Amino acid sequence: MVFDKVTRGEKLPSVKLASVQYAILLMMLALAAGLWRLQVLGADNFRVLAEQNRIRKVPILAGRGKLFDRENRLIVDNYPSVSCFLVREQRHDVDVDLPLIARGLHLDLDQLRATLQRYRRAPGYQPIPIKQDITADEQAFIAAHSNELPELETIDEERRLYPRDGFASHLIGYVGEVSEEMLNDPRYAAYEPGDVVGKSGVEESYDQVLRGQDGSRDVVVDSHGREVGYLRTQHAIPGQDLRLTIDNDLQRAAELALGNRDGAIVAMDPRNGEILALVSRPSFDPNAFAVRIDRAAWNKLVMDPSHPLLNKAIQAQLAPGSTFKILMSVAGLEEGIAQNLHVYCNGGADFYGHYYHCDAKHGAVDIHNAIPDSCDTFYYTLADKLGIDRIAAYAQRFGYGQKTGIDLPGEQAGLMPSPQWLMKNYHRKWYAGETISVGIGQGAVEATPLQLARIIAGIASDGHLVRPHVVFPDQLPPDFRHAIQDSFPGSGEANIPIPPEDWITITDGMAQVTEPGAFHTAGSAHLDGIDLAGKTGTAQVMSHEALSHVAKTRSTNPNVWFVGVTPRRNPELVVAVLWQNGEFSYYPARIGAKVVEAYVEKQRKLAHNLQPTKAPPPPVEVGAVWSVPDPQDSGRTTRIRAGHFFVNPGPGALSDSRPVLSRKDTVNLPAHRPQPAPGPTTLGVALPELPWNWKKP
Amino acid sequence: MSQMRRFLSFRDFDWTLLGMVLLLCALSVFEIYSATLHTKYTGFHSKQVFWIAGGLVAMFVFSRIDYHRLLDWVPWAYGFCVLSLAAVLVPGIGHKALGARRWIKIGPLLFQPSEWVKVVLILAVARYFANLGAKSLTWKEIFKAFALVGVPMLLVLKQPDLGTTLTYAPILFAGLFLGGINWRQAAILITAGLVLVVGAWSSGKVLKPYQKARLTSFINPDSDPRGSGYQIRQSLIAVGSGGIWGKGAEKGTQTQGDFLPIPHADFIFAAYSEEHGFVGAIFVLLLYFLILMRLIQNAQTAADLPGSLIIMGIVAVLTFQIAVNVGMVIGFMPVTGIPLPLMSYGGSSVLFTYLALGVAMNVRMRRFVN
Repeated sequence: MVFDKVTRGEKLPSVKLASVQYAILLMMLALAAGLWRLQVLGADNFRVLAEQNRIRKVPILAGRGKLFDRENRLIVDNYPSVSCFLVREQRHDVDVDLPLIARGLHLDLDQLRATLQRYRRAPGYQPIPIKQDITADEQAFIAAHSNELPELETIDEERRLYPRDGFASHLIGYVGEVSEEMLNDPRYAAYEPGDVVGKSGVEESYDQVLRGQDGSRDVVVDSHGREVGYLRTQHAIPGQDLRLTIDNDLQRAAELALGNRDGAIVAMDPRNGEILALVSRPSFDPNAFAVRIDRAAWNKLVMDPSHPLLNKAIQAQLAPGSTFKILMSVAGLEEGIAQNLHVYCNGGADFYGHYYHCDAKHGAVDIHNAIPDSCDTFYYTLADKLGIDRIAAYAQRFGYGQKTGIDLPGEQAGLMPSPQWLMKNYHRKWYAGETISVGIGQGAVEATPLQLARIIAGIASDGHLVRPHVVFPDQLPPDFRHAIQDSFPGSGEANIPIPPEDWITITDGMAQVTEPGAFHTAGSAHLDGIDLAGKTGTAQVMSHEALSHVAKTRSTNPNVWFVGVTPRRNPELVVAVLWQNGEFSYYPARIGAKVVEAYVEKQRKLAHNLQPTKAPPPPVEVGAVWSVPDPQDSGRTTRIRAGHFFVNPGPGALSDSRPVLSRKDTVNLPAHRPQPAPGPTTLGVALPELPWNWKKP
Repeated sequence: MSQMRRFLSFRDFDWTLLGMVLLLCALSVFEIYSATLHTKYTGFHSKQVFWIAGGLVAMFVFSRIDYHRLLDWVPWAYGFCVLSLAAVLVPGIGHKALGARRWIKIGPLLFQPSEWVKVVLILAVARYFANLGAKSLTWKEIFKAFALVGVPMLLVLKQPDLGTTLTYAPILFAGLFLGGINWRQAAILITAGLVLVVGAWSSGKVLKPYQKARLTSFINPDSDPRGSGYQIRQSLIAVGSGGIWGKGAEKGTQTQGDFLPIPHADFIFAAYSEEHGFVGAIFVLLLYFLILMRLIQNAQTAADLPGSLIIMGIVAVLTFQIAVNVGMVIGFMPVTGIPLPLMSYGGSSVLFTYLALGVAMNVRMRRFVN
């Protein structure tokens, strides 16, 4: 039986008791070792974990810097907005709440799950943004469910407000949530998931300056996520406001002039490279990106065959057509060939067994009327005499085939073909006939509107080429100023003096282009009282032979160009216009002339104090200028709509006092630049500087 | 009887042991105070003081009753225990809380029989092996011992209360070890035990899934950070972040922020280690070590075999609870819900410990009786 009577007698062997004692000692030592491991060796690590447990970092988002035009008029503003974040609690099972959250915040449940899935790898204390720009009733939902859904948190932030109708959208760019690919890029090492980042235009290239630095507040919470207290607050450093070189008035004029035609306009001050207007068509609404863009809208933008997101001013690489003849003239004159070249144009000429067309029978042509008549036969002959190597050398010196180095992302370099290039890329020899095509800017030659503006304005400025930019560099921190030049490499500034006679020949030829009633190529661009010189270009998209076989449609129309400068020598404005499939080159000339006219009108008003700008404007409600691109609306009668945005530019933004040009002002040239010597000309008189309002006596 | 009373005096009472026990209890009360400061359990430290006072009374009472008489009563007590454990499982009588049927409700009082069964089992095992004498055991005797402990174990496992079930095992093992099992038998039993445990684990019928999860999550707490791994993880953070000197009383962020689960009961050692650091934790371990050594010394000097076996049974239970509880807190052991004797809040646990110590005192006071 288990329970027998209690007996007494023997004792426990002391060996066994001793072994029990040693076993207990061993156990205690093991426990002590465990404590040592945690409390002495691992203390630092666990202290961090304990802090992460109880401290929730609530971000304080930095306001993004605003964008102003060159006269401190607001272009891009911010507006207050509330975003909803999800804070992951270790104790609280969020998955159960998701259907309720999705219902309350009007979210798609699967999409919400996918969002959470994306943040699985992120550290646990980091809040997940689940909906931006929530409405008042969604805010009320979060407040009402603060007990059931302690994981939901709202954050006040500022959101981008862009001008309507895609005004300057390609130049400004847009912001969006940083993508996973970007986070893997070392350039974006400092960014965290959910950060808003500039994704195009100025927003992208100046993101570091604009974004500021987010602050945070350390909130002490208990295990249920209830706030118990605050520890410290690190205030956000708002982003820096930036003053762009854009002139809102000119930008508006350019937007209106181009209307809804596919193409681009660049207006630049060739003395310093400041971009005054930049338009690309078709356009898009950057406000659609400010809150996360939905997939359908994004796909529509990306799949659109006319590429609305493409900034054609710097990304469209197309044959420059006859605008290339300006460079040909420079090359021909400097090589001493063009001066003595006399060609009889009979509507074309034979070269290497192939007939090359000219658009008209120009008769006797020399360099003086070759430019205004845009005589192909003359330039075919000139190209043949120069040879491709010399043409390519000049073209590359002046910047064909190279990026300009503008401070905007995604600039394209264009293309200047040469025998070496052809051999390297296509492994074949250069045919002499190809040189003939290159002579009129066809064949493989490609350039962007910005490149053409820089090159032709550079030639008109006696070989002084500038680096275009859209942000005044003086407002940037020095290291960033250098960094921006390194991150957007290009041919930048260059000085290639042109002999004065050649310079005058070419610029006079360009001035004759717009002469009215002379049946020159761009009489349409004539502006009374304004010295507008320029060059048109018509670049076939198909050869003459191919064109004769297909039905003539919109897409077979040639791309047409106009590059105009005012005044003709040492210009203070250059406008490059591209109209894709625009058919006739006097159309873009007319568009360019409208921009030039707007500019000159404004300068005249400034010169006569009709438009006050000199004094820094006090904080007033002026509002951004919204454009209403209406093709029917001519530039003069456009309504300027004032918004209701309180403009209070920072003191730094007001430091600018742009020199106001009066008609008496001579062009203010940089010191390093050689002043064109007013030497004897063919007329035997010294030529005065010609201001834009110079008029033939 | 009159002669016995002459020898029996409180001069023979183990005051050193009681001093160390009371010191531990004082630390416990302070820690319970700190751990429950901002929770709904505020005031539990004073309740604990009452339990300790009650425990002391029980201790003195039991030290007065001759343990031989207790051994005489054991068969009755054992029978009563098995009955009450069975009664707990009957839905009408047993009170269900937190998903387990562990209590019998008598009036307003909740009575948890499994805690008292421990004392009875210690006595029963001591009596059983004492009667066998310190000779080699036959297989039949070993199986009888297994049956003696196994029946209440199975009943408690049914409640389900895995932690308490496990605390019965060391009573049996201590009895077998001290009662004269030989190496060959031990080896066979261990092998058989391993086979049984593996079989029971994989059959999935003995342990409930949540019990299994609790038993495995200590190996990798991050595998289930919201479930059972959470408690271990928070406990490790609490202990580790305490560092060498601790964060100071009422300043443990894990304890005060309610990250540490039940910081006044099962996880009191984590709370204590967070607030008093490595130094404090080692001090407590040292106290436990001294208490256990003192008890073993008493077992050595006991007048007879049953006395020694009773004390060694108590030592086995206490050692097991300390090892499992502290081991759980520092991540060596799974979460089993075994309280830390003398420190964890809880009436049953306190009363049992003091009662057991009373019996040990009893043995010591009668060491010169024969």
